[in-house]
Amino acid sequence: MELPGNMMEMWYSEYYTDNVKLDLRIVKQLFSGVSDCQRIDICQSVEFGKFMALDGEILFSEKDEFIYDEMVTHVPMAVNPDIKKVLIIGGGDGGVATELIKYEGIEQIDVVEPDEMLVEVCQEHFPELSSGLEDPRVNIYYQDGLRFLRNKVGEYDLIINDATDPFGHTEGLFTKEFYGSCYTALTEDGIMVYQHGSPFYEEDRIECMKMHRKACRAFPVSRVYQAHIPTCSSGYWLFGFASRKYHPLEDLKARDWKKKKIKTKYYTTNLHKGSFMLPKYVEDMLEEEEERNGR
Amino acid sequence: MNREEQERAPIYEALQRFRRQRVVPFDVPGHKRGRGNPELVQLLGEKCVGIDVNSMKPLDNLCHPVSVIRDAEQLAADAFHAENAFLMVGGTTSAVQSMILSVCKRGDKIILPRNVHKSAINALVLCGAIPVYVNPETNPMLGISLGMEVEVLKKTIQENPDAKAVLVNNPTYYGICSDIRSIVKIAHEHGMMVLADEAHGTHLYFGKNLPVSAMDAGADMAAVSMHKSGGSLTQSSILLCNKGVNADYVRQIINLTQTTSASYLLLSSLDISRRNLALRGEESFAKVAAMSEYVRGEVNKIGGYYAYGRDLINGTSIFDYDVTKMSVYTLGIGLAGIEVYDLLRDEYDIQIEFGDISNILAYISIGDRAQDVERLVNALADIARLYKRDKTGLLSMEYINPQVAASPQDAFYSQKRSVPVREAAGCISGEFVMCYPPGIPILAPGERITPEIVEYIEYAKVKGCSMQGTEDPAVDNLMVLV
Repeated sequence: MELPGNMMEMWYSEYYTDNVKLDLRIVKQLFSGVSDCQRIDICQSVEFGKFMALDGEILFSEKDEFIYDEMVTHVPMAVNPDIKKVLIIGGGDGGVATELIKYEGIEQIDVVEPDEMLVEVCQEHFPELSSGLEDPRVNIYYQDGLRFLRNKVGEYDLIINDATDPFGHTEGLFTKEFYGSCYTALTEDGIMVYQHGSPFYEEDRIECMKMHRKACRAFPVSRVYQAHIPTCSSGYWLFGFASRKYHPLEDLKARDWKKKKIKTKYYTTNLHKGSFMLPKYVEDMLEEEEERNGR
Repeated sequence: MNREEQERAPIYEALQRFRRQRVVPFDVPGHKRGRGNPELVQLLGEKCVGIDVNSMKPLDNLCHPVSVIRDAEQLAADAFHAENAFLMVGGTTSAVQSMILSVCKRGDKIILPRNVHKSAINALVLCGAIPVYVNPETNPMLGISLGMEVEVLKKTIQENPDAKAVLVNNPTYYGICSDIRSIVKIAHEHGMMVLADEAHGTHLYFGKNLPVSAMDAGADMAAVSMHKSGGSLTQSSILLCNKGVNADYVRQIINLTQTTSASYLLLSSLDISRRNLALRGEESFAKVAAMSEYVRGEVNKIGGYYAYGRDLINGTSIFDYDVTKMSVYTLGIGLAGIEVYDLLRDEYDIQIEFGDISNILAYISIGDRAQDVERLVNALADIARLYKRDKTGLLSMEYINPQVAASPQDAFYSQKRSVPVREAAGCISGEFVMCYPPGIPILAPGERITPEIVEYIEYAKVKGCSMQGTEDPAVDNLMVLV
């Protein structure tokens, strides 16, 4: 959206570390509010379109949201095409659900989002992105993720942890008890996909290691894959693939997936394979944790 | 309580005025508002070191308060329905000790339950009073000592009509309350004072539908741990006196051992917390109680655990229960409380208040958030899933009736020798042994050591309880009377 005349010097800053930040020129702020869980802001930027920030950290932008949403959905869907029942934790923006409803075989999608305001403002400002929440297969539960999971046993074929911030109100979704609860809530061949953070800056790296430790203690299979997401810390982002049975590469059913002719902008089955080939420093970091766990 | 008056915070306001005056310090503390110790400023912040100041006329003096501290103490007395209140900076330990030293002298008898905090028995070492223990009933399953039963107290008073005072926990660490109104009535009929250890009971003065507070029940003195449920800084506490207690004498007793350089960080935290509790306590503790009840319900759904509450009430040894407490019996999943306590910290990054042989206690307070509470419940569920085992071979704590062979003071100052714990049965202990927390002595000076006590100490050590009180830091040896 171009505004006429002189552009005001208005910038949104997000700190990656105390000493590194990302600045986006913004045109205007579209929404600002404080929910029971967090502060929510929506701004119109020049380069990234509209974006949403939670407690001052960008959750997604119109320009790069597709990368993230595709990577957490198509990777598990290409490994187990028979997935029927999915749980999305913290998927209030609807982006992941919108991607998932492209699969006809999916029968039920439960979205657990503690923040009702987030859902409302997304529906208002990002109607296309959150349109998936309108699908009849989707149920939204306004609840704490940990609480929702507590009594679920063997129910879901896929759990996607959409929460990104291990320090905010979603802190509980990065804990050992969370991975344990997910393990219990999954079916025997269930898959869990989660945000693994960025391995680049020191503080992020430590969280990244902790996450891998918890996942590989809870699941027999736990691998990490990557994507390039410009608005994430350092632009380099990792995801976790944990499963009770399937290996993300050995069990990849590329041909089956291609037959479905799902339209994507980022994901391909070739990229799928490539995304699990990690840089040496990331491999070393993960292996260090695995050795600590005797794996 | 005068609500309008309670909006004031005299010490806090005096500190604000003092800061604005920008007084040049040529007095202690020597860090001079932090300038002499930049690393300390970096750790604590300028605001904090800026009010770490000395007693002076505009800020009053805790040893002999005449202005802002006196005003703050009067406000505290009003807030706690007491006649007088003393701000304490040596922890509730010093409040408990001042209470006992105020009513007992050398050779005087004091009636108390054996499950008191060590600070109470320490006071007996200091003043030479003789403990007369009222045996608390033990819940055989939970292994915890319960409240003081009225009938047992009556009998004890008949046998010891010369006792000076009765001390009662209100509530215990685990949330169990005695019938303190009846205890006060009986004690007063026999000319005895009633002292209440309310280290775990600050909120009773402000919350609705909670057990009765000591002052409201007519007790003479109470030690209130403001820093626990009250929200003030660690080490700050309040001592309350009811009508008929000579407060000037109590002040003299406090001054025997209290510092003459009381910290204004602690004092102002008491002042602000008292204001907060008086104005918003009812609402806050309703939230705390609701949160605890929620956790109790959720934990009981997991299976194996038993989170107890008002269902324990039996009219005598459990006259009432403080629902803000969140204690859980863990032997049902085959783990000792201390093992669950360690797992929560090491595996789940959750620190709880304590774990004993059969139970854990999670402290729920005005600072808790719903999402943290969910973490606790899920972690307990995950522990039950991953670590559950057969419960055979687990010891449950039995109350061990102590035999007082010498007064704590005589025993403590007697000639002693060191013997290995295993060989100590039959000897008279010259020192304390306790697990900390909760800090309730297993053995106090002057008590005869029994084979059961030896077994318990050994077992608690194996299970990983943090043992304290002995001269030997490893608690392999005990000092016993020669």
